[in-house]
Amino acid sequence: MAQVIVTINGRRIKTEIGKTILEVAKENGIYIPTLCYEPRLKPYGACRVCLVEVEGAKGLLPACATEVTDGMEIATDTVTLYEIRRTIVELLLSDHPPNCLVCESAGSCELQDLAYRLGIEEVRFKGEQYEYKVEDFNPLIERDHSKCILCGRCVRICEEVQGIKVYDFINRGFETVVTTPFDRSLTETECEFCGQCVSTCPTGALIDRQRKFKGRIWETAKVRSICPYCGCGCQIIIHVKNGEVIGISADVECGVNEGNLCAKGRFGYNFINHQDRLKTPLIRKDGRFIEASWEEALKVVTTNLSKIKTKYGADSIAGLSSAKCTNEENYLFQKFMRAVIETNNVDHCARL
Amino acid sequence: MAGLAAAFGSGAMTNSIADIAQADVILVIGSNTTEAHPIIALQIKKAVRENGAKLIVIDPRKIKLVDYAHLWLRQKPGTNVAVINGLMNVILEKSLADEEFIANRTEGIEELKAILPKYTLEVAERISGVPATDLRQAARIFAQAERATIIYSMGITQHTTGTDNVLSIANLAMLTGNIGKPGTGVNPLRGQNNVQGACDMGALPTTLTGYQKIAHDEVRAKFEKAWSCRLPKEAGLSVVEMFEAALQGKIKAMYIMGENPMLSDPDITHIEKALRTLDFLVVQDIFLTETAEFADVVLPGATFAEKDGTFTSTERKVQRVRKAINPPGKAKADWEIICDLAKAMGYEMGYSFPGEITDEIASLTSTYGGILFDRVNSSGGIQWPCPSLDHPGTTILYQDKFARGLGKFHPVEYKPPSEEPSEEYPLILTTGRLLFQYHTGTMTRRSKGLEEICPAGPVEINLEDAAAYRIKEGEEVILASRRGKIKVRVNITERSPQGTIFLPFHFSEYPANVLTNPALDPLAKIPEFKVCAVRIEKL
Repeated sequence: MAQVIVTINGRRIKTEIGKTILEVAKENGIYIPTLCYEPRLKPYGACRVCLVEVEGAKGLLPACATEVTDGMEIATDTVTLYEIRRTIVELLLSDHPPNCLVCESAGSCELQDLAYRLGIEEVRFKGEQYEYKVEDFNPLIERDHSKCILCGRCVRICEEVQGIKVYDFINRGFETVVTTPFDRSLTETECEFCGQCVSTCPTGALIDRQRKFKGRIWETAKVRSICPYCGCGCQIIIHVKNGEVIGISADVECGVNEGNLCAKGRFGYNFINHQDRLKTPLIRKDGRFIEASWEEALKVVTTNLSKIKTKYGADSIAGLSSAKCTNEENYLFQKFMRAVIETNNVDHCARL
Repeated sequence: MAGLAAAFGSGAMTNSIADIAQADVILVIGSNTTEAHPIIALQIKKAVRENGAKLIVIDPRKIKLVDYAHLWLRQKPGTNVAVINGLMNVILEKSLADEEFIANRTEGIEELKAILPKYTLEVAERISGVPATDLRQAARIFAQAERATIIYSMGITQHTTGTDNVLSIANLAMLTGNIGKPGTGVNPLRGQNNVQGACDMGALPTTLTGYQKIAHDEVRAKFEKAWSCRLPKEAGLSVVEMFEAALQGKIKAMYIMGENPMLSDPDITHIEKALRTLDFLVVQDIFLTETAEFADVVLPGATFAEKDGTFTSTERKVQRVRKAINPPGKAKADWEIICDLAKAMGYEMGYSFPGEITDEIASLTSTYGGILFDRVNSSGGIQWPCPSLDHPGTTILYQDKFARGLGKFHPVEYKPPSEEPSEEYPLILTTGRLLFQYHTGTMTRRSKGLEEICPAGPVEINLEDAAAYRIKEGEEVILASRRGKIKVRVNITERSPQGTIFLPFHFSEYPANVLTNPALDPLAKIPEFKVCAVRIEKL
């Protein structure tokens, strides 16, 4: 890649050709606000909050869609830019329901963050507000168009990443909405419920319904781990509140999945805290399961395995390990079967 | 696995998931990737849409990927070898083989060449039902690509000829020199989060960690020293063989951790009988599964979110699993339970944290030699082989040589499935997964949202079969095989070809595996889930 030198806010920065102003700024810790930008998607340049001043350019340029050139002189934080950004956000807020109090996205809402950052205490524009019905005909994704800022991220992720195109814009001007073919509910479309649209939505227009009212984003502990379903090995972030898993997300910047997840990975977490989970060892007595202590249960297991091993030999015992368990557990399981039981009768469901 | 081990010397995805984007041609055979491996499917779609890669799908069902395919070959279930031999015959005839790669990197080409001429396009078409023109076109596209990758899954392996299928795929990749470079390779997609790891860890009847053979004296000696014990030398039984042995009274007790053979294994009626025959059964799981119902003792284990450790993904990447919450009630992490059990039986397993186990694995396994817990913990994952601490891991296998030195061509003849349609059972049943459900449903069916979107659904029957049997959409019918009967609801579709019924195996309401055939691939011991003969009985 050819090297170029650009100046951002008076700072000389060495970088590579082919990068956008926004990418270079981010890499160098310089803040430029964005709403329609998303690293998983192609530059779109629709929201205009990332406009920057470039010396010699005709008008202002969107940082997300403008590639750097050698010698480019860029300003990201002038008074003019502040006024423009403020006006744009105020216009968005003029048609946005002010119910951040109970909005699921409070704390992770990019519009809320930007309004705060720009210090918008009052919206100067009083205009018509559109009201839409919330779509909640399915158990996973809730759509509330009144919170939509028309950034097109859901439209684009469904098309560009998922390859489905469930959403598109209809109507014009103030009446523009994002919806499905023939305005059908998601269950009546090709939707795969991957929730990629939820993951990219900058506001509360698209949310994980299962998570609703389960906990604020700032109340949850976030633990990095690996998805428990297929073998892709997607990196996930487990959201925990009071010992309960209340959501799963993914980090755009790490893992083979690059922030993407499928329906199972994103929404298939309710089994963890399910009421039917086994919580105590069980021993069968007279055909029924009786709750037992670990000591009692282990005693029954060791007594029976030892008895059978003595009477019929080690190879009369077999063990099935698990492709769901960790490497360490599989290692210990086969070690147990081989070193303790003394048989090689150990396998798992790789073949099934 | 057994097939790749014979051809290359070890069995796993040769390349990485991110690498798919670099392929010019992607051949997907026996993998319903968008449903079973959705995130890998994103890479395939991206390669097609953004990079102009050509996608060839070989599958009896009109799976979603067909919408993105340049070419779709709809073979009859169980005829993969005939298709691939047909492709290779065209490649040889038209001199499209990579002679340099064959000469420098492989052996056994003459044996393969000896059998291919009889797989003319006409013969391949007659066996597989794929039109000769499509076969010819697929062969040209594949062979002329600079970088071609083959992606496959259980549609290849779950046949009595599974090993043959895999050997054929390895043949095709070597014949065209598509090994050891970015955007190429033979890439089996593993169906479970840690099935690669469970195999790597030696949860197999013939191998210890890293596929070290239990039969080898020096291997046993090494482990006997490390574990302070005597190790048995004879190969153990594989999963389907275990249940057979139980029925014969040879297996008296079983310890089953996190598996549900009562839904996942072929011919469930048989499995149930075997479980009932056992003198003693211990099941360790997170729910009282269909299998746990038969246990004498049930031990409560932990989910992935309740323990620390590592998983190895399908691309051989060892990644960190982190504990987010405590297991409920008295439930314990499975590694702790095994330690407690070993101790109770007089064998000390004194680990205080899974990281100590990870490091013990590294000390006994050359491919995991540099994969210490701290390293996994502070990185985004490490791909084996990684023999030492200063080794970065391996994204592409066999760049200079195969694990066995030269890659070996195997002449593979087409053999029909063990059960073919007959007068009594005129239809083929094939089983598989759905997007919203997972394996035996222990997890997904208890995830309310997924279950609501995709409750126990109908079986797929082709339009013409439905007309022939005068079946209406949504009608309930009996499906019967030589092993059992189940009642199912019908979805009339063109996704499944005429003469073939598709049934997901997730649902205990109508367990597909009551019907399936436990006939095994002789080498890999994988049952033939993908083909069995059935008939429809009207109610």
